[in-house]
Amino acid sequence: MTDSVPQPPTTLGTRPTTGGVTLLTPPAPLAHLAWRDLMVAAVVEETADARSLVLDAPHWPGHVAGQHVDVRLTAPDGYQATRSYSLSSGPGEAPTITVQEVEDGEVSTYLVRDIAVGDTLGVRGPIGGYFVWGGAHRPLLLVGGGSGLAPLRAMWRAADPTAPVVVLASVTTPTRLLYADELADRVRAGTAAATVHVSRAELPPDAVRPGTPLEALTLRSGRVDTASVKAAVAACGGPDADPAVFVCGPTSFVEALVGQLAAAGLDPRAVRAERFG
Amino acid sequence: MAGFLGRRREHDDRVPPGQYVTHDFPVLTAGPTEVVPTDRWQLTVSDGTTSETFDWDALHALGLQTLTTDIHCVTHWSKLGTTWRGVPVPTLLEAAGVDDLPYALVTSYGGYTTNVPLEDLVDRDAMVAVEFEGEPLRPEHGGPVRLLVPHLYFWKSAKWLTRIELLDYDHPGFWEVAGYHNHGDPFLEQRYHGD
Repeated sequence: MTDSVPQPPTTLGTRPTTGGVTLLTPPAPLAHLAWRDLMVAAVVEETADARSLVLDAPHWPGHVAGQHVDVRLTAPDGYQATRSYSLSSGPGEAPTITVQEVEDGEVSTYLVRDIAVGDTLGVRGPIGGYFVWGGAHRPLLLVGGGSGLAPLRAMWRAADPTAPVVVLASVTTPTRLLYADELADRVRAGTAAATVHVSRAELPPDAVRPGTPLEALTLRSGRVDTASVKAAVAACGGPDADPAVFVCGPTSFVEALVGQLAAAGLDPRAVRAERFG
Repeated sequence: MAGFLGRRREHDDRVPPGQYVTHDFPVLTAGPTEVVPTDRWQLTVSDGTTSETFDWDALHALGLQTLTTDIHCVTHWSKLGTTWRGVPVPTLLEAAGVDDLPYALVTSYGGYTTNVPLEDLVDRDAMVAVEFEGEPLRPEHGGPVRLLVPHLYFWKSAKWLTRIELLDYDHPGFWEVAGYHNHGDPFLEQRYHGD
């Protein structure tokens, strides 16, 4: 069988229309997306309850940072369960999803606890042309709550290395921060700035031990606040630098952050958001 | 390996293929949440010749009805037995005095668009909704007024509704141009273009 190959979107932006509203420019249409059985090529334990599954996908058409796939699991009796997961690998890399276990989750629990290298799962994609980043030379501001960092990792990997990349993350506890090593490496290399808010607990005194990835990151207690948002926007060069802004996380987080970003001077229509839960 | 077994489940004819039942009400929006005060909200209904604009009071004057129905999002969640109040679309179209053209293009505050065949707006349960579960519809769920087309995937139920334009041709909207299915029937699993 041959898989049809969806073309990644190439044009994104806004165009004005009548009546003062702004239409989001849609990307090119996708061809039909077929289900494929893909093998898990590698498993990366990210935190105690999240891991990344690297998929072996021959003839993968390539994806744009921010796109997602639908994942379908089939039980021996034919029962199927389907969910959507963001791709967390960069363009040109093997498609990878990062799954955080949801309490009492039917699919996430299997993907985090049970699936192993060599197992297969049904996948269709890549999908999506709105919450995507093609990697233009613009400052990039990435704001993630919890597992909302997954598509944002694909974006910082896609970023122009000569443009500022600013990451603002919110996690319940420091140990639940996804990609801590990778973020720390980028900060040490000077290719990103990262501030991590720990919303649910006071920062434990031993949270930042020398030599651990968290040492390179700026940690703050409590939810993301106006000061952090303003600092992140300033680190991008301010609103006039026209940063590309992506926010992903639980609904309440996204709603709050979009408001704070607007208060920091960004046009809400320039902020692309993806919500879950 | 441990194979996937899934939950033991009772088959429920109300749940379309590929969907799971959620008790939350997730939010999916292409863009920021629009906040439109009711005293500034307006809905224009047009067929290209006749055009009528309703404000908050004029909409309510048409009479609200209650609908209990299931809703289905293309991101695989379904929510069963949700209760809404609003004005049935046929009532609205009749009050506007527009012709029965075969297609509608629906526009939101913020610029989102979606297309719905007229028959899906008038032959089923579609309404212009102002309440969800006995409360005013909140902005993140499309308040003050959203379209509700419960028998199609929920991206057809445009939030922050401000315009319904009847057309004699089909004009695909935001997600439809972006590769999602033009019609979006969840029971036929019409998720993406070509399904």
